[in-house]
Amino acid sequence: MDLNYTAEEEAFRQEVRTFLQDNLRPSLAEKVRDAKRLTREDLEEWHNLLNSKGWLAWHWPEEHGGTNWTPVEAHIFHEESVYANAPRIVPFGPNMLAPVLIKFGTEEQKAHYLPKILTSEHWWCQGYSEPGSGSDLASLKTEAVRDGDEWVINGQKTWTTLGHIADHIFVLARTSKEGKPQEGISFFLVPMDQPGIEVRPIITLDGEHEVNEVFLTDVRIPAENIVGEENKGWTLAKYLLMYERTGIAGVANSKLALDGLKAASAKMRSSGRPMSEDPLFSARMAKVDIDLMAMEVFNLRVVAAAGGGAAGGVESSMLKIKGTEIRQELTDLSRRVYGPHALPFVPEYFDEGWNEEPVGPAGAMKQARSYFNNRKITIYGGSNEIQKNIISKAGLGL
Amino acid sequence: MDFQLSEERQMLADMLNRFVRDEYPIDVRHKAAEMEGGFDPAMWAQMAELGAVGALIPAEAGGFGGMGEDIAVVFEALGRGIVVEPFLSTGVLGATALVGAGKDDLLEEVVAGGKMLALAHTEADSRYEMSRVSCKAEGGKISGQKSVVLNGATADMLIVSARSSGDIDDEAGIDLYLVDAKADGVSIRSYGTVEGGHAADITFDGAAGEKLPGGYALLEKVLGAGVLALCAEALGAMEVCKDLTLDYLKTRKQFGVNLGKFQALQHRMVEVTIAIEQARSITMLAAGQFEADRLTRERSLSAAKNLTSRVARLVSEETIQLHGGIAMTWEYSAPHFAKRLTMIDHMLGDEDFHLYRFQSLEGAA
Repeated sequence: MDLNYTAEEEAFRQEVRTFLQDNLRPSLAEKVRDAKRLTREDLEEWHNLLNSKGWLAWHWPEEHGGTNWTPVEAHIFHEESVYANAPRIVPFGPNMLAPVLIKFGTEEQKAHYLPKILTSEHWWCQGYSEPGSGSDLASLKTEAVRDGDEWVINGQKTWTTLGHIADHIFVLARTSKEGKPQEGISFFLVPMDQPGIEVRPIITLDGEHEVNEVFLTDVRIPAENIVGEENKGWTLAKYLLMYERTGIAGVANSKLALDGLKAASAKMRSSGRPMSEDPLFSARMAKVDIDLMAMEVFNLRVVAAAGGGAAGGVESSMLKIKGTEIRQELTDLSRRVYGPHALPFVPEYFDEGWNEEPVGPAGAMKQARSYFNNRKITIYGGSNEIQKNIISKAGLGL
Repeated sequence: MDFQLSEERQMLADMLNRFVRDEYPIDVRHKAAEMEGGFDPAMWAQMAELGAVGALIPAEAGGFGGMGEDIAVVFEALGRGIVVEPFLSTGVLGATALVGAGKDDLLEEVVAGGKMLALAHTEADSRYEMSRVSCKAEGGKISGQKSVVLNGATADMLIVSARSSGDIDDEAGIDLYLVDAKADGVSIRSYGTVEGGHAADITFDGAAGEKLPGGYALLEKVLGAGVLALCAEALGAMEVCKDLTLDYLKTRKQFGVNLGKFQALQHRMVEVTIAIEQARSITMLAAGQFEADRLTRERSLSAAKNLTSRVARLVSEETIQLHGGIAMTWEYSAPHFAKRLTMIDHMLGDEDFHLYRFQSLEGAA
């Protein structure tokens, strides 16, 4: 056992850090740090920067432009990106669709779509959840019917993250009602700039527009826009979700949040002393600190044992649960530390170019919003209760 | 980065796990615990011969291990049998003091299983405070009282914390002293502990003691080694609790189905499973950083003991609850593991003590 990074890994960390220092636009990093709203231009800028270095599609096979990083190197890249306040890689194209195309797509599909994901010419979103199909995804009702050389799709998708800035959507749709629900689903590639597609915003409890409803009404796509075999889409859907859980523990994000919390707790005062010396508050902070130390090792154990970009199912379910619990505890403490100054809410604060004096101490204005926004993390990507079902069945044999 | 055990340690772990599984079932453990002194000397000799003591002691002192990882490997295996033989007292607390003080001749006998040791540190009102020592050392004579000395009545040599100067809480002035348990001025009152162990209250009245070099720093190192051992032992005991509970959920039928079919129980079992992975991770961290600088080492030790205590409580309580009535019986094995897990929290600092200590160390960083 050796808990240290190798010299090569440390050198790689330095390479990533230097690259980010030299190339990540400081005003963009500031926006990320202050939880300001990011535009598609911001996100594309980040994707393009990574692509110019050959790092956007890091977990793709080398012949398609991947990096052949070890799992530890991928972990280091992710960690350094978070510490540098880089935007996240919008996962739908490079991290979700691409692995599916590479594994199940035709040569034509790979040649057509993969390069456009790299250049941001195509910007994808995910057509999975439906109003009646949340955790029970296989019950989905959106239908695709074959009509000559085309598929005709009707239905409604929801929780479509960044659907309003996307131009393509991958859609799970029912192509058969025979057999088990999982057996009649197919996987389609759908351009959004066409009649019959309507994107409506969903405003979330924090007042933000991040997710959408997508209505599909008699949407026609060419027959070749199916990925994999007809009625075998469930296999692809599950394969994709495996990639969705990569990095799910969010260790680096939590470490950054904890650092911020510690700094804030040393500044904010209560009963004549810093919050960091308040026995009840500091005990909660120390506990989550310890939980995070343990989870970082747990995550590295899984990373070191994993190959490719995908983690083992049961382990990633465990990391998802523990990681989201820790992040939610941190967002709770991070709003509490500011006391009454978590209350002020100025929506314009989150827009670029808002130059007024913030209300209350620096850092306070984003905390309550972040707390509310992060309620989602125990729901999405398979709710924590679904993860427990998975662990119970696949891990414990119950 | 590498989380695999070295080949030698993996062999040691396999061998000890096999031994505990085959030779140390719960009835053997009960019989050992009921013997005078609270363990079976023949079993101790046998396990020493297997190298289980030598693995806790560095090569330069006559053993073949003695690193954090060695302690973790041995004690996880011991935890799977909730072994009552005095590995903690002799092989970790006692031996670490002797290694730090360079007492190689005595260590040789320890490795061979011929000499037993005990750490006499806790006092009636010191609770878990590491530097709260009222026992006096004057001109090589020790006077004062020590409480709940684990395996104190069966030790040949006692390692006693005593102060030659300073106030009751000062770190300065504290040293460890080697005292022959049969020396004049040593009187011992021994008793069993609730989970099947043995301890003693010991009064020193001008007993002759040999001062070991190292001062308070040595005491801290000794207690830290003990903390690591307890965390690893708890891990082994937790794994057994988990296995037994899972087996039970898969076989016990109520309402015509296995208990394991009920989602309310499934999710609780998953909580237990994740918590144990967390405990394993923090114990690996503490083991891996046991040779690091003092602050790094002590910080991860306190983190490990805090988290392990939290998880141990969850595991022991859930083991009993998920089993139901059967786990309230003496006859069944699982509740004895649950008891040991609970009482480990009362040794060398509990959950709250180590949370506070973790914070204090953070402040010192």
